[in-house]
Amino acid sequence: MKEKLTSFWKKNGTRSVVASLLSILIGLLTGSLVILIMGLTTPSLGLKSAWEGIRLAFFGLFSTGRNAAGQLSFGFNPTSVGNMLFRATPVILTGLSVAMANKAGLFNIGAAGQYLAGTCATLFIALSIPSSAVSPALIWLLAFLGGMLAGALWGCVPGLLKALLNINEVIACIMTNWIAANVVTWLFDISNLKNVAESTKSGYIYKTTFNNVATSKLGLDKLFPGSQVNGGILVAIVLAVVVYIIMSRTTFGYELKACGANRHAARYAGIRDKRNIVLSMAIAGALAGAGGSLYYLAGNTEFFWNTYQSLPAAGFNGIAVALLAVNNPLGVIFTGCFMSMLNIAGLQIKNLTGYNEYITDVIIAVIVYLSAFSLIIKLWLGERKKKPTPAEAKTTEEKKEAQK
Amino acid sequence: MSFLIRQTLIYAVPLMIVALAGIFSERSGIINLALEGIMIFGAFVGVLFVRIVQQAGWFNAAYQNGNWIALQGFVLLTMLVAAILGSLFSLLLAFAAINLKADQTIGGTALNMLAPALVLFLIRILVNQNTLQMETGGAAGWFMVKKSMLGYAKDQSMGFLGSTFLDKVYFATYFCLLVFLVLSVILYKTRFGLRMRSCGENPQAAASLGINVLKMRYTGVCISGALAGMGGYVYALTTANCSANGDVAGFGFLALAVMIFGNWKPLNVALGALLFGLFKCVAASFSTLDINGDGVFALAEAGISTHFYRLLPYLITLIVLAFTSKSSRAPKAEGIPYDKSTR
Repeated sequence: MKEKLTSFWKKNGTRSVVASLLSILIGLLTGSLVILIMGLTTPSLGLKSAWEGIRLAFFGLFSTGRNAAGQLSFGFNPTSVGNMLFRATPVILTGLSVAMANKAGLFNIGAAGQYLAGTCATLFIALSIPSSAVSPALIWLLAFLGGMLAGALWGCVPGLLKALLNINEVIACIMTNWIAANVVTWLFDISNLKNVAESTKSGYIYKTTFNNVATSKLGLDKLFPGSQVNGGILVAIVLAVVVYIIMSRTTFGYELKACGANRHAARYAGIRDKRNIVLSMAIAGALAGAGGSLYYLAGNTEFFWNTYQSLPAAGFNGIAVALLAVNNPLGVIFTGCFMSMLNIAGLQIKNLTGYNEYITDVIIAVIVYLSAFSLIIKLWLGERKKKPTPAEAKTTEEKKEAQK
Repeated sequence: MSFLIRQTLIYAVPLMIVALAGIFSERSGIINLALEGIMIFGAFVGVLFVRIVQQAGWFNAAYQNGNWIALQGFVLLTMLVAAILGSLFSLLLAFAAINLKADQTIGGTALNMLAPALVLFLIRILVNQNTLQMETGGAAGWFMVKKSMLGYAKDQSMGFLGSTFLDKVYFATYFCLLVFLVLSVILYKTRFGLRMRSCGENPQAAASLGINVLKMRYTGVCISGALAGMGGYVYALTTANCSANGDVAGFGFLALAVMIFGNWKPLNVALGALLFGLFKCVAASFSTLDINGDGVFALAEAGISTHFYRLLPYLITLIVLAFTSKSSRAPKAEGIPYDKSTR
């Protein structure tokens, strides 16, 4: 049993999971510390409010509001769980996007721009094809595929620049992000899709339900009553599984990983590195585009079109999701849900205490910061275990030999 | 015309100083993607400091008596505070990148996410809204230099140069230009500057000559943080009426673009900043822009969309990168953690 435990501990995967859990814990503790400091220094908040804020930061998903005595109550909250799944959809997909590119050795900080490109194409298609002539299901499909295609094309730009001209993909992605933000604003500004029917809202595009297009609920709304959840989350999970299969079970995936590990060695082995770089950025872009597409096809979300000064947070949270999952496509499903769980916790904090939802963004940022040196944490975890006895060392040596 | 020059300077100078921040960090070998985040933090700290001082009433007498020189001192003090705290904030990046040999891109991205989150969290608690403003009055009333202060009467002409560079301007802009000049000279004409640049090109060689690479890189990142923090506050002061809302509209990234556009050299960066500042200014006010004063709004009539001017800087940077990627000279060792044992 003990041997099993030690070998389990020694696995790289285990250490990655432990390192991620540790990052999450430190992130939450840092958030709690900020809450505590603000509680103690702000007269209107106080220690009691800080304690409530900390409990909500950890368990916000299970908050059911306040009971008659004014105390926080906790329990299973189907609305929150459903909303968590709904909000997880875009970040799972942008997380997949970042993870996919990372496997090929590229840091896709451009997920935000690809997300916007996908959003833009989707909304144009979903709102301009009249649902009186074409069936809404077909429009939905076209809009979704159009969003993925737009994201893929937008992802190709930094990919091509990297492959052909060897321009750093981080810089190219940052530039394409802001170009996307401006182009999207421009396109919507000259379009006739701005919501003028509801005059109380300015700066928004019509909901897709305006054209009777919306993602099917697939019965999930019965499971989680009162929430925004729809079939999009299932699409995201399916895509995650597809990416997992591509990456770990196909030649193409192997080539991508080889390019990521060492581009020059891969080329020496006869792998077309340039093609693979462009393709991996295109797939990454398609995934991020799908994220934007699914979020705005939900039918209950509205797009703020005058967005040239800001980029969607989903793009950057995707980085956190991918890093926390150590670029594992299946892990991304769980870390994506974790991120949206934090998001829900933030809403509860805003609704129930004197604090606000931005504290969860602080927690996410701390987690990203920690994952920048997760390698060190992993090493440190490895060193903490006592050094193997000579006999053990010998057996591991033998194992390695056998593996060869 | 003088309006155009004045406005361009207002946009160009923060760009210039933040791009210089990028140069200092990258020349010492650390990629500083966190410029945007540090600017956001610096803007918040600066505005908060102004509020606190106004609450304490230190400069209220000076304001009432119209003692504008004392108020400019107030601005300088605020810039100093923003610089110090910006520098402290950038230590987070320095620690991760230098001591823990972390991935600098991810570290910078983390700071970019942390700054707006933390700032908005604090602003909401402090003032219960999304924007932190001055306690009383506005930036123009407190900090702007106007011609009446320089002894001119309302209807008296200041001449072209006078009305361009002395009327309705912020002293902070000129102070930033001075800082830019001094620091550029330090980086390129002194022994310290040469040593710092050597750490970004070949740290092992630098170390073999007795230069403490880690210390140099810490210095580079700290100067970078100070400049970016200061630039963030100046941006908030001159373009946002001295208010902070956890957002500088991508200015930090634009500064990064300017830095690359200028090929990591101060003079080229200054020119790039002026060019990009011009685009920003045109995008912001092109419909009412009367360049030569003949009553014709030439740019508005040219029929080019304001969105086009807005995206131009980013597009130009990409195109310039595409054409100059062969001759583009990024510091050789940037982004690579320094390891003594690899030669």
